[in-house]
Amino acid sequence: MGSKLKFNRIGWQFVLLPSAFILLFSFYPMFQSLMLSFQSGKGNVTSFAGLDNYVRLFSDPMFKQAVLNTLLYLIIQVPIMLFLGLIVAYFLNMPNLRFKGFYRTAIFLPCVTSLVSYAVLFKSIFAVDGILNQMLMGIHLIDGPIAWLMDPMWARVVIIAAITWRWTGYNMIFYLSAMQNIDPSVYEAASIDGASKTRQFFSITVPLLKPIILFTAIISTNGTLQLFDEVVNITNGGPGNSTMTISQYIYNLSFVYTPNFGYAATVSYAIVIIVAVLAFIQFKIGGEKK
Amino acid sequence: MKKLGTMGIHLFLIGASVISLFPFVWMLIGMTNSSSDIVKGKFSFGSSLGDNWSKLLDTTSLGTAFTNSVVIALIGTIFTLILSSMAGYGFEIYRSRGKDRLFGLLMLSMMMPFAAVMIPLFKLFSQLSMLNTPAAVILPTITTAFMIFFFVQNTKSFPRELLQAGRIDGLGEWQLFMRVYMPTMKPTYAAAAIITFMNYWNNFLWPLIALQTPDKKTLPLVVSSLASSYNPDYGIIMVSIVVTTLPTLVIFFLLQKQFVQGMLGSVK
Repeated sequence: MGSKLKFNRIGWQFVLLPSAFILLFSFYPMFQSLMLSFQSGKGNVTSFAGLDNYVRLFSDPMFKQAVLNTLLYLIIQVPIMLFLGLIVAYFLNMPNLRFKGFYRTAIFLPCVTSLVSYAVLFKSIFAVDGILNQMLMGIHLIDGPIAWLMDPMWARVVIIAAITWRWTGYNMIFYLSAMQNIDPSVYEAASIDGASKTRQFFSITVPLLKPIILFTAIISTNGTLQLFDEVVNITNGGPGNSTMTISQYIYNLSFVYTPNFGYAATVSYAIVIIVAVLAFIQFKIGGEKK
Repeated sequence: MKKLGTMGIHLFLIGASVISLFPFVWMLIGMTNSSSDIVKGKFSFGSSLGDNWSKLLDTTSLGTAFTNSVVIALIGTIFTLILSSMAGYGFEIYRSRGKDRLFGLLMLSMMMPFAAVMIPLFKLFSQLSMLNTPAAVILPTITTAFMIFFFVQNTKSFPRELLQAGRIDGLGEWQLFMRVYMPTMKPTYAAAAIITFMNYWNNFLWPLIALQTPDKKTLPLVVSSLASSYNPDYGIIMVSIVVTTLPTLVIFFLLQKQFVQGMLGSVK
């Protein structure tokens, strides 16, 4: 019994310091943010403001715009990307397909770029006189150049295209590895029963991959809600805040405009709540039909 | 009919590959062209590479930024690996109800948006007079719940008989960790190292807040500030992007297998 206690105590030696770091650099700041959200004032001169910041949220057009933009990216981009990733993985998992290795590496490669680097590359590709407009005009798909980054609608399209480019291969790898664990005889049996490839994809592959789809959906949702690097470097939130995300708004409130840490902290708790609610919903949907 | 289907799949995958690779080609071509050619969409190699290089070295302290990035990514990765593997080892090998509870609590931090902790972190490091140092960049992610989880998952398949054998040989518990666990888990450490190194190397938001003077900046900060200047010179921007991307590309091609394992290691 004594040695068991000692064993347990030594275990604590291993976990104590790492845990302390997470408590200090994640949990403690989370708590401080909550405290800050009840404070108002400029810079470090703040005073208790009760729920003033929370009231202000509901009449702040910029906040509403940022939430709307972020949710728009989420609702459009995440499903497109996950579906694309699934299809690509499904094709790459076909037994007799040639050049698999090349396709897999090519489609995965965007994942090694830094978010800033690829964002700036996209900015140059989508310039008004840039390469994409030249090519589209070359094949007569459009008559004149599209002002991608100056038009609110197109600017959002560019952001969505950029994130999809960067992360589709990332999700594809998860699906591919899960598909490789599916017993091939399941597909053979389905083929004998006369199920088409499309049918097999929707009635065998997708249901069997449900846990991993849920996992990638949660990771992607979390990432999209925290979107910052791409928007800052492609459009800097413009034109006229039409692409600004919640994270960028918090950054601007703290470090670009006259610093208002209290209100910025309040806005940050909006993301916390959205993350928690969406994770809950996704677990509900994902766990239900198992 | 079946032939046609296979053709369609190849066309789709070729299209996807071309789109995936295009920005890389664009970056390499752009590096050799002048800013005005890049913005006009010139898609052939030019002769401005030397010009772009020397202008980049004149206008920014690229060497310093490169060194800063390397220092932060290397030191950060070493500490993160040691601390996270200690925790992963402790939580899995010495399981107890208390430790399981602490582990569950720590995992919650994965859902905490960085934007919600960055202001208090900024205030904390400013009170400690540590802003504008590599330590300030490294410390907030020196241990991550994700990496602890990663090591816990991989420790599940660690052969515990080795520990028993080591104890019989008279090794202490910390010696077991350092002399038995660490060497046996080399592949796990390699995979974790790649992912962690990339995260530090590519990090943007926190360094943007924590690092303030040009001599402390990392590569992504240099790229971003070049691109957001009033009159951006895309020739030198392309070179800076290549310098930022090349190391991660090299790591990827050399260690592709460990790279993918690192990604998948947490969902085993």
